[in-house]
Amino acid sequence: MADTVQGRSGSERPAARDKEGIRGGAGVALIHDSATKHVTGEAVYTDDIREPARLVEVHIALAERARARVVKLDLEPVRRAKGVVAVVAAGDVPGINDISPTGTGDDPVFAAGEVVYHGQPLFAVAAGTVHEARRAARLAVVGYEDLAPTLSIEAALESQSFVWPEGRMQRGDLEAARGRATGRISGAMTIGGQDHFYLEGQVAMAVPGEDGDMLVHSSTQHPSEVQHMVGKVLGLPDHAVTIEVRRMGGAFGGKETQANLFACVAALVANATGRPAKVRADRDDDMVMTGKRHDFLARYDVAYRDDGRIEAVEMELAARAGCSADLSGAIIDRALFHADNAYFYPAVKLTAHACRTNTVSNTAFRGFGGPQGMVAGERVIEEVAFATGLDPLEVRKRNLYGEAPRDLTPYHMEVTDNVAPELVAQLERDGRYWERRDEIRAFNARHPYFRRGLALTPVKFGISFTLTAYNQAGALLHVYKDGSVMLNHGGTEMGQGLYVKVAQVVADELQVDVGRVRITATTTAKVPNTSATAASSGSDLNGMAAQAAARTIKERLIRFAAESHQAEPNEVEWLPGRVRVKGDEIGFNELVSQAYTARVQLSATGFYKTPDIHWDRATGRGRPFYYFCYGAALAEVTVDTLTGEYRVDRADILHDVGRSLNPAIDRGQIEGGFVQGMGWLTTEELWWDDQGRLKTHAPSTYKIPAASDRPRVLEIAFFENENREPTVHRSKAVGEPPLMLGIAVLHALSDAVASVADHRVCPRLDPPATPERVLMAIERLRETK
Amino acid sequence: MTNPTPGASRREFLSTAASAPLVAGAAAGVLGGEARAQTTTGAAMAGGQVLVTLKVNGQTHRLSLDPRVTLVDALREHLGLTGTKVGCNHGQCGACTVHKDGVRVLSCLTLAVAAEGSEITTIEGLADGDELHPMQAAFVQHDAYQCGYCTPGQILSAVACVKEGHAGSDAEIREYMSGNLCRCGAYVNIVAAINDAKTKMGA
Repeated sequence: MADTVQGRSGSERPAARDKEGIRGGAGVALIHDSATKHVTGEAVYTDDIREPARLVEVHIALAERARARVVKLDLEPVRRAKGVVAVVAAGDVPGINDISPTGTGDDPVFAAGEVVYHGQPLFAVAAGTVHEARRAARLAVVGYEDLAPTLSIEAALESQSFVWPEGRMQRGDLEAARGRATGRISGAMTIGGQDHFYLEGQVAMAVPGEDGDMLVHSSTQHPSEVQHMVGKVLGLPDHAVTIEVRRMGGAFGGKETQANLFACVAALVANATGRPAKVRADRDDDMVMTGKRHDFLARYDVAYRDDGRIEAVEMELAARAGCSADLSGAIIDRALFHADNAYFYPAVKLTAHACRTNTVSNTAFRGFGGPQGMVAGERVIEEVAFATGLDPLEVRKRNLYGEAPRDLTPYHMEVTDNVAPELVAQLERDGRYWERRDEIRAFNARHPYFRRGLALTPVKFGISFTLTAYNQAGALLHVYKDGSVMLNHGGTEMGQGLYVKVAQVVADELQVDVGRVRITATTTAKVPNTSATAASSGSDLNGMAAQAAARTIKERLIRFAAESHQAEPNEVEWLPGRVRVKGDEIGFNELVSQAYTARVQLSATGFYKTPDIHWDRATGRGRPFYYFCYGAALAEVTVDTLTGEYRVDRADILHDVGRSLNPAIDRGQIEGGFVQGMGWLTTEELWWDDQGRLKTHAPSTYKIPAASDRPRVLEIAFFENENREPTVHRSKAVGEPPLMLGIAVLHALSDAVASVADHRVCPRLDPPATPERVLMAIERLRETK
Repeated sequence: MTNPTPGASRREFLSTAASAPLVAGAAAGVLGGEARAQTTTGAAMAGGQVLVTLKVNGQTHRLSLDPRVTLVDALREHLGLTGTKVGCNHGQCGACTVHKDGVRVLSCLTLAVAAEGSEITTIEGLADGDELHPMQAAFVQHDAYQCGYCTPGQILSAVACVKEGHAGSDAEIREYMSGNLCRCGAYVNIVAAINDAKTKMGA
């Protein structure tokens, strides 16, 4: 079978980058490394791992109050129930009952004394089967003394209840800028959250070893953190804990910190019973007890000129952090970093709050707050467009970052790699924006109840962890005596194709077929102190680390080949599958074999840290991002104005991935990101009742996009670009940025809605733009006529 | 008459035969061959267990199960066929799709006892030896997955979609595949793969 994806075998990369001699170098549209295993069912996910003997299955019992003191917790009936092997609660944690990722001490494994959200873990039951455990858990006698919960962002703002100090960015003179403006608008919007809905739910299996060691198979994006958390709750040093993950069935940020709980509970049970223990959350429980994308309340004030140019923006973003800090501090920061999207604000003041509420603690989700900031920024643009009567695209273009001094972000970083104007212009032209605009206006003028809408929105997304320390990675590479290569690095595979991309980088560096490079499961025992596979950084960081390891071995082999031929290293030609030195050609296997005999070390580690980045939260200044990714989407929708129902007819996407490491994988990320972003802004609605209970906790009530929802026509093209920074093969990150291409769909819906009031009134369509909300917006606009 | 092992499960089998390949014939709690299969089928066992005979991927298995065990749990936990995935466990996501007498069913909503007498096909049984089914090959060629977790269900649903005659157009494929969620959003390539495979399946 062909090992490249059909129709993607080379047409999307310059011929000069073809690697004639090897199969699967950098830039090739190679199939996913697990492709065949995915289609045959042989790919082993955590729940599929062969279970060791005497394994117990664990059910986590959840609190049934949003906020209450636990005045009674009688677990004796649970312990006596059929099949129960052990019950563990807060008092049974031998180490520290806290898994807060930033050390805030507000994330207990099990609630101790006070319950702070409906669905918070109270205790865990281990039994022969999870069914027995679940039945037994119901026998617990729990007494609550109710306390008044804080359930909304507004209520938290009112009581000034936050989990993190506010974020703030400011530049320019707001008053002076407002003086130059001809108009000023203020408004507010709510932006919904999003459940990750990874198809593979949270799962961990812990296997106790000797000397108190603990091995945990965990579906996690962040093995090193899980390792540390398991050590912390068990009272063990990190070296006694090993975390391993071969692949996840989706993660999207939902397994960056949220996997900690399940791994720790499995480890606690394994530690208590001496038996292997597995925790696999039921879907409903998973959705109730794990954090989601933060919903936001955004207040904005924009001053603009009649020509559509923005003069000043003031914005206050308030996020529902939930009951604990988790990563909310960094998430509200990233919301601020992207509240400008691709636009220059001459004067700007941005503030962000992480609101403490008695709901589940919200967490990382693809884009990490950036999408919410960007949605607010795009609303500001839309307001200006309606206020000035200009086409929204015209307003967008007039405000894009440009030459100095219009190149400075609200955090005082210069945008030096800006391609947004060219990229937007190309999509505007290739997508025939103006022709379609005219055609749609004509259609809307004559159709009795269908309205079509069109919108083109750009994306500019900063790449790097804003916590500078996370921008490091390690890799381990062995070349065995037979010439086969083992690759390991700190990145995790969640379907994004990281493993195959890094293998391609190694194959390219060593000039061997990619099939010779064995990709192995991520484990803390091989590469320590890794960062989460998050912030789109996976291939940037781990690709560079693996390349460094390969380079070390290659240099040793070159030195050896030179010495054995009485030559200088620069006389050794490193060719596909062989070296040439003084007219002598030696195959890779032979060279490796000779090098081993001559006692050359054939194992190496590699390390990488992103250069030139820094960020000072206190002053709101720095260069938090190594570079930016750019993209734009042009979306077209049809809305039924009688029901609010709609369909996405078409989307044209132009996206910058630098020089792609694997065009097939990158294309998949763009398509998938767009669809996921579209889902977030359209059909995915989280709904809590007045008791703080999440009522949308399964796909029956929480609607993610299905095959029938994706645009009827979806055209994706790569923007010809290469990374200005020396990233791995000049590629760019691709994980998160495409999610925000989905914003075009929200604005296309808004455009369709606006047509019912002749585009005179800004529809202020808040996401998620469910059919109900679209209908309500239509009704509201009709009343203004 | 054979004496089935009550509660035989994936893990007990695996504890004694950890290096055996995870294939149907050698899997857990399987007692006797096809010839003996029918003799005690359906008989109530002590402790509320029943004997169930399941024909999966052409092989007959006799299991002693709680009558409430779903087909997906029987496949995964008792037969070691972990290719079938559990996504939501209540029939909303499609990850657990298998074929029952050639018809796609959600194995999380099907009781194992209700599958007795039927031919069950799981993702492990779709290929012809080393030769991938055209739908499997098309999924590979079109990169029709990312994380792969929904893929077994997508493929079984796709094969049925074609056989039902519901793959006539892109729109029809999208509609008749809308019961299989893919959170990675690989829908474009899934539809492309189905279009490609349907001709090779002779539909």
